[in-house]
Amino acid sequence: MAETRFLFFLGCLIPYRLASYEVSARKVLGKLGVELVEMPEFNCCGFPVASLDYELALSLAARNLCLAEQQNMTILTLCNGCFGTLNEANVVLKEDRALRDKINYNLQQIGMEFKGTIRVKHLVHVLTEDIGIEKLKEFVMNPLKGLRVGQHTGCHLLRPVKHVGHLDNSEDPVVLKKLINITGAECLDYQDETECCGNTVIGINEEIPFKISKEKLEHVKTSGAQALVTVCPSCHMMYDFNQPRIEKAFNVSFNLPVLHYTQLLGLAMGFKPEDLMLGENRVKPTFFLS
Amino acid sequence: MPERKKMGNISKHQEEDSKPAKTKRIDPKFKYEIMRMPGAEKVHLCFQCGTCTADCVVARFTDFYRPRKIARIIQLGLKDRLIGNEALWLCTTCHTCIDHCPQGVEVSSIIRALRNISVKTLDTMPSVFKIFASNILKSGYIYLMPESRLKKREEQGLPPLPKPNLKDVAKLFHVTGFAGTLEKSRTTENVKTEGAN
Repeated sequence: MAETRFLFFLGCLIPYRLASYEVSARKVLGKLGVELVEMPEFNCCGFPVASLDYELALSLAARNLCLAEQQNMTILTLCNGCFGTLNEANVVLKEDRALRDKINYNLQQIGMEFKGTIRVKHLVHVLTEDIGIEKLKEFVMNPLKGLRVGQHTGCHLLRPVKHVGHLDNSEDPVVLKKLINITGAECLDYQDETECCGNTVIGINEEIPFKISKEKLEHVKTSGAQALVTVCPSCHMMYDFNQPRIEKAFNVSFNLPVLHYTQLLGLAMGFKPEDLMLGENRVKPTFFLS
Repeated sequence: MPERKKMGNISKHQEEDSKPAKTKRIDPKFKYEIMRMPGAEKVHLCFQCGTCTADCVVARFTDFYRPRKIARIIQLGLKDRLIGNEALWLCTTCHTCIDHCPQGVEVSSIIRALRNISVKTLDTMPSVFKIFASNILKSGYIYLMPESRLKKREEQGLPPLPKPNLKDVAKLFHVTGFAGTLEKSRTTENVKTEGAN
């Protein structure tokens, strides 16, 4: 059943680094009639902890899920990492009785119990499932005719199929493409669209993620796209914030603006570039700013 | 062109690894230890087709990391070669290997299990992870949000950041035993792969 009211899970990276994503998302969702309820007392989704202690990561994720269960609301997040982690915990703890008992023992210490009664959604799911493509089209006042872009859906919205597979085609993603096409911009195909940005290991080793992303930026540029569209703060950091560093490391020039999907949609809905903080993007999307 | 490293360099003991494994270095129960960890239940089913390595974005850019070999080394019980092996930290968790494995082996979940065991048995972790985990304990978030940023939210018309429940977070760190691990763990250097092709 379509919903219009969600518990908003902000995560860590967005408030720390990417106000542009939060501001543009709140503006766009507000105009679309989506009510975001602030989530009190939430903590990190648990993603970085999974590598250190999976049981703790599941416990941290489950605590967030319990907060949503208490209010009987669906979680909405803008971050692929948060979505992947919270959704995985929600799926795994429903399926694996022994694991659920273990995590519930931990949660008992803080007076909580995971029941598995709510759902976790990413922005793109709310836009496509709850609002719907047809309804979204009605909000497009300023079609971005002539703009050609590439999309990067990002790993944790696509894989593993056993946890998220029903939401998109993991080998040939279509959801974000449909969302882009309604803005009037044209979404172009390019090589290796489903490939990772590599940002999750940047704190361990810089060389590999830089090589991975350089290749991606090359493929997007080769397609003729004027910008790359993301729906994940981590991927956005990699392609936008780190783009000048990648250019320097390999002595190449991309100058490829990277937009949050909410910025692209916002422009099509008639918001001004400054409302959507487009000037904050590191690689300046000059075709909108001038 | 740099010479390709034999065995894909998944161990820090290269010299030793080129020799046949000695029986005393084999832990016959290691694979069962791994199979008890969530997501790693099917490691014994790996038949070494190499799809995980072929489709791995990291393996494409460095021969330092080979998921297929990691699965084989588990099956062989060569625990020492994997526990504490820095190459484990190169997995980006893109999960392509999980989706493409014809045997249903959750390769990236196995990497996660090996990271967990490494942290627990050696009391070491990469510094970036120690910072993130310590920050969660201090602030609920992986970052310590500076005052200036909180103030800026106001100017940007954003609602204040919700206050975390640090007591609850600390209890979860303690009940899982991870609080102790975090406190005593040393940090490891960043993984060097320079010149990797």
